[in-house]
Amino acid sequence: MLPGFHLTLGFTLFYLGLIVLIPLSAVFWKTTTLSWTDFWHTITQPMALASYRLTFGASFLAALVNAFFGLIVTWVLVRYDFFGKKIVDALVDLPFALPTAVAGITLASLYGQNGWIGRLLVPFGIHVANSQFGIFIALTFIGLPFIVRTVQPILEDLDPELEEAAASLGANRWQVFWRVILPMLTPALLTGFALAFARALGEYGSVIFIAGNIPMKTQITPVLIMGELDMFDYARATALAVVMLVVSFVLLLVINLLQWWTNRYNTTNLA
Amino acid sequence: MTPAVSFHSHSPAVPRRSLSEPPFVRRVLLGTALGFMALFLVLPLAFVFTQAFAKGIGFYGKTLSDPLAWKAIKLTLLAAGIAVPLNCVFGVAAAWAIAKFDFRGKNILLTLIDLPFSISPVISGLIYVLVFGAQGWLGLYMNADHPYLPWLANWLNDHDFKIIFAVPGIVLATLFVTFPFVARELIPLMQSQGRQEEEAARVLGASGWQTFWRVTLPNIKWGLLYGVILCNARAMGEFGAVSVVSGKIRGQTNTLPLHIEALYDDYNFTGAFAVASLLAFLALLTLGLKTWVEYQHNRLQERNPPC
Repeated sequence: MLPGFHLTLGFTLFYLGLIVLIPLSAVFWKTTTLSWTDFWHTITQPMALASYRLTFGASFLAALVNAFFGLIVTWVLVRYDFFGKKIVDALVDLPFALPTAVAGITLASLYGQNGWIGRLLVPFGIHVANSQFGIFIALTFIGLPFIVRTVQPILEDLDPELEEAAASLGANRWQVFWRVILPMLTPALLTGFALAFARALGEYGSVIFIAGNIPMKTQITPVLIMGELDMFDYARATALAVVMLVVSFVLLLVINLLQWWTNRYNTTNLA
Repeated sequence: MTPAVSFHSHSPAVPRRSLSEPPFVRRVLLGTALGFMALFLVLPLAFVFTQAFAKGIGFYGKTLSDPLAWKAIKLTLLAAGIAVPLNCVFGVAAAWAIAKFDFRGKNILLTLIDLPFSISPVISGLIYVLVFGAQGWLGLYMNADHPYLPWLANWLNDHDFKIIFAVPGIVLATLFVTFPFVARELIPLMQSQGRQEEEAARVLGASGWQTFWRVTLPNIKWGLLYGVILCNARAMGEFGAVSVVSGKIRGQTNTLPLHIEALYDDYNFTGAFAVASLLAFLALLTLGLKTWVEYQHNRLQERNPPC
């Protein structure tokens, strides 16, 4: 028997409690200082409802766009050979490594009226800065690695015999992809989608600069919480935080189930 | 090219076109993937560095040698310098307990360790304000009429003890957001390595520490380094959580990302991008190191394949 079980588990639980669990429990303590009517009023005020719609809608669209392009990027990285492939592969993780504030000011300037891209869009009447479209752009930027890094290992391990079998039975390439490959990638693709969506829901730094701060129009829920904090209204900030936390926990559960499904799928294939 | 196995004598050979895409489709897919990445990743990166030097190298140097910028660099290094080693020790301890032993509730513990990843940065900051802020638990305690342990409350008040809107709050918020990084890299790695090697070392008479230093650590060093690199990148770049607890007092509680925001809000765009280029360079360094570590790790796996 190896030593150190009580020491390491004890330290793990102590540190987890100190840094994560006790501070997190303060949210639920603070919520109890609000009456039920105040709490309900805070989380259902028109500005809050508008922010939920915006946060959910933009995050969902961004995750969807990332699922599509992310799948293509993964496919190209796994199946094709081309010059500079290693660099492209490493670059996929840039949104993980680049601080959100840097991403935020960069996207805001790039898509601003005088920016490299914004300048090209203005003649078409498209204004990305201070708009909901800008929020979508920022959330798309941060979501890409989640799809690629979830689907990539599954696509790499896919057994070529399955494709060969389908092809020898007369399927054309599109049928092989649609009926054989895609169903095997679906659990991973859904997991990646859920991870990108979850990250987008809570995103703050990369969004605020490009979003502006237009009430009812470009305020995502984290920005609303920040606004309450700036006015030192901690109870209202906490009420909104509780809504976001509950959504995060539900998503965490969904992601765990999806990951379990992905792994099960994978081991069945190997067997 | 020889066709794959034919299952029946009368079945046709596998047509090659069914095993890979036509050249036209390949080119379209490759173009789409590279185009998407150029637009969303390469262009922003190029933009940061061009804007940083838009007013020449002199302005760049002046921005970075500004005392406020220096103060922000030092504070960022301090926060990362405390958060990364602490979370590193935690990661190794948690991975040892979870990977080498069986106990009930392991899955719950794994989920709890991942928790900070699924919480919005703004809420990560908020929870520390609720604990240590003036209206939080610490504030209520310090201002209570009859506090428990009055000497402690007096001491805290006499020393004007502050966590929120001060450096300790920044360190705590950084600890929270980077909490899972090392543990999450090490747990699956150590689980896949099993415990035979450590048990062999014990049987041969090695002490617990010797087993860890001589057997476990060499096996996990690349995974550990990988976790540390990612942890450090997040620690130095965290914005949302730190911005809630910092109070943004220039020259005192501004980290590098907050300093960037301050310059940007002052319409000093070139200055903001000059400071941002430091963090963008750190991100590139992180990606480079990460690729190198992955390469080393794969080489080690090929030499000693897991049995």
